[in-house]
Amino acid sequence: MTITLARDKDAPTDAERRLASPLAIRGLTVSYGQKPAVFSVDMTVRAGHMTAIIGPNGAGKSTLLKAALGILKPLAGTVTVLGQPMAWQRDHIAYVPQRASVDWDFPTRVIDVVLMGMYGQLGLLGRVRAKHRAQAMDCLERVGMTDFATRQIGQLSGGQQQRVFLARALAQGADLYLLDEPFAGVDAATEQAIINVLKGLRDAGKTVVAVHHDLSTVRDYFDDVFLINTQAVAEGPVATTFTQTNLQTAYGGRLAGAQMDALADTLIGTGTGAAAR
Amino acid sequence: MIWDALLLGLGYNATLVTLGAGILGIAGGVGGSFLFLRKRALVSDAVSHATLPGVGLAFVLMVAMGGDGRNLIGLLAGGAVSAAIGLLCVNWLSTRTRLAEDAAIGAVLSVFFGFGIVVLTYIQTMSSGRQAGLESFLLGSTAGMLQSDALVLVLAAALTLALVLILRRPLTLVAFDPDFALATGRNVNRIDLAMMGIVLAVTVVGLKIVGLILIVALLIIPPVTARFWTERVDRVLLGAGIVGGLSGYVGAAISAAVPDVPTGPIIVLVSFALFMISLLCAPGRGVVSSVVQHRQYQRRVHLRQGLLALAQGQPIYERLTQRLMERGGLMRGDGVATDKGRAHAAQALLDEARWQVVRSDQAYAAAALRYDGLTEMSSVLTPDQLRDIDARLPAPQGVTP
Repeated sequence: MTITLARDKDAPTDAERRLASPLAIRGLTVSYGQKPAVFSVDMTVRAGHMTAIIGPNGAGKSTLLKAALGILKPLAGTVTVLGQPMAWQRDHIAYVPQRASVDWDFPTRVIDVVLMGMYGQLGLLGRVRAKHRAQAMDCLERVGMTDFATRQIGQLSGGQQQRVFLARALAQGADLYLLDEPFAGVDAATEQAIINVLKGLRDAGKTVVAVHHDLSTVRDYFDDVFLINTQAVAEGPVATTFTQTNLQTAYGGRLAGAQMDALADTLIGTGTGAAAR
Repeated sequence: MIWDALLLGLGYNATLVTLGAGILGIAGGVGGSFLFLRKRALVSDAVSHATLPGVGLAFVLMVAMGGDGRNLIGLLAGGAVSAAIGLLCVNWLSTRTRLAEDAAIGAVLSVFFGFGIVVLTYIQTMSSGRQAGLESFLLGSTAGMLQSDALVLVLAAALTLALVLILRRPLTLVAFDPDFALATGRNVNRIDLAMMGIVLAVTVVGLKIVGLILIVALLIIPPVTARFWTERVDRVLLGAGIVGGLSGYVGAAISAAVPDVPTGPIIVLVSFALFMISLLCAPGRGVVSSVVQHRQYQRRVHLRQGLLALAQGQPIYERLTQRLMERGGLMRGDGVATDKGRAHAAQALLDEARWQVVRSDQAYAAAALRYDGLTEMSSVLTPDQLRDIDARLPAPQGVTP
């Protein structure tokens, strides 16, 4: 893999990168009341890569994602998808929300949830035909949940529910996948199943952006990282950006020394932790 | 008499009322379903109470313009306008201020209703207009229902059903997962307002028959009743339509057959009866079924624990366990296991070991989900899978007699 540095003569300019990016954010500020949760953030996601949004609790990771999707209304800033306003491109974006956000006693079965991902394509009155059902079952197959198709959604375990929501996102047939903490509170098997699906998407040329909280897996799972602590801290390929210095900046004192040492194996050592080793 | 009423044999007006109430019930049940699923059932109470000042002011306005103030369409239009204002107040208070929706509903409901009562009181003192019967909007009245009134009902019901049918997917999305709805470009606030518009339409046309105090029952009880029977949105809609329609039809028929019985309250009581039946008898979610399932489950747990205790040579202390074991011929009265008991105990111990293998292997995740410490292995896995599991069991254990 070649890493293009911004200094190269024939490197694309900032504007060119933005136009080609499946998700480009400029000057985004979102606030709850008078306190900004995300302040003047720029972000340019690389097409066909997996990007992790990382940062401490309350750093605005989920807020950034939700504002990018138009779920939250930003105070300022623009979000473009391939150079066009995000609102024009919704058909190309799939979203996996945090698990807590839905009503688990809702009268809906697993297969119905997946079909919800196809409502855009079905329209208001289009009939759900055998081919749509087959497509939905195929999405369930990809996350290993076919056996659960007719269960009520609340009867599943947390990890299984998360897989169903990933299947719904797959059913959207999008090019850009945005996931909010997909690995939070799931079992190891689910985490493996999800990451395999996501890597499959990436290998098929899709773009994946996930809010992520487990620093120890960033290197294994993702190509790029975006560090945020209300303001953007750093952005770029894992190899050059997932550094101790950047993490210290993003997390401040909140990342204990012990955690740092545990991470040291996976980090590019430029800070004190690596020197101590 | 009741049968005559149910078979529409009590004359023209009674027939009109019965059919009208049935249609209103269908519209109410279907229209209220998404309100219930969105967990905003009480908004309909604010909407219905907010119709009162509109009805009163419409009367005053029509009298001032020289009429007698009794035009039904005019009165309902007035009710619709003030209900819409009340609805927008609730919506604005709960989305734009820090007030929670329940507080907003309480404030809007009481203020509008109070204002409506003031207007009605003023109307009683007016010298012109025919004010008698205006208070029937509170509890409903079917006396003197006209063919044109019934026609209004049918049109409104048809409109409601069509709207719910057209909007069912966005409404489902918004009720289940509003964030996802927003992310896929749905205007959640507008969809919510559309749902409220449907509710408003049902409320306004239902005023005449059921009255504004009880109309909320026709919107909420049918979907709640239907929910006991199914885990699917489309079937909740269907069931709510059936329950609502049946309540309206039967309720109106009863009140036509029995003298001096008010229609609206009877309709509500019929729907309540259907609700009680569902609450008690529905399979799965009903109370009786829950109790029976719980008791059966408890017995199975006791039996299983008893068998495992036998297999491990431990004494059994619990009475229920002893009784169940004896009744099953697994144990004698003096606590000694029978041959059958020993065989079952060995089987239980074997299944326990098999479950441990299944639960530790991701390849059997689907099967592991059915683990409850009770289910027999042979009903979960195929013979091939069983052989695979058995091959991986630790060395066989003997059963101590």
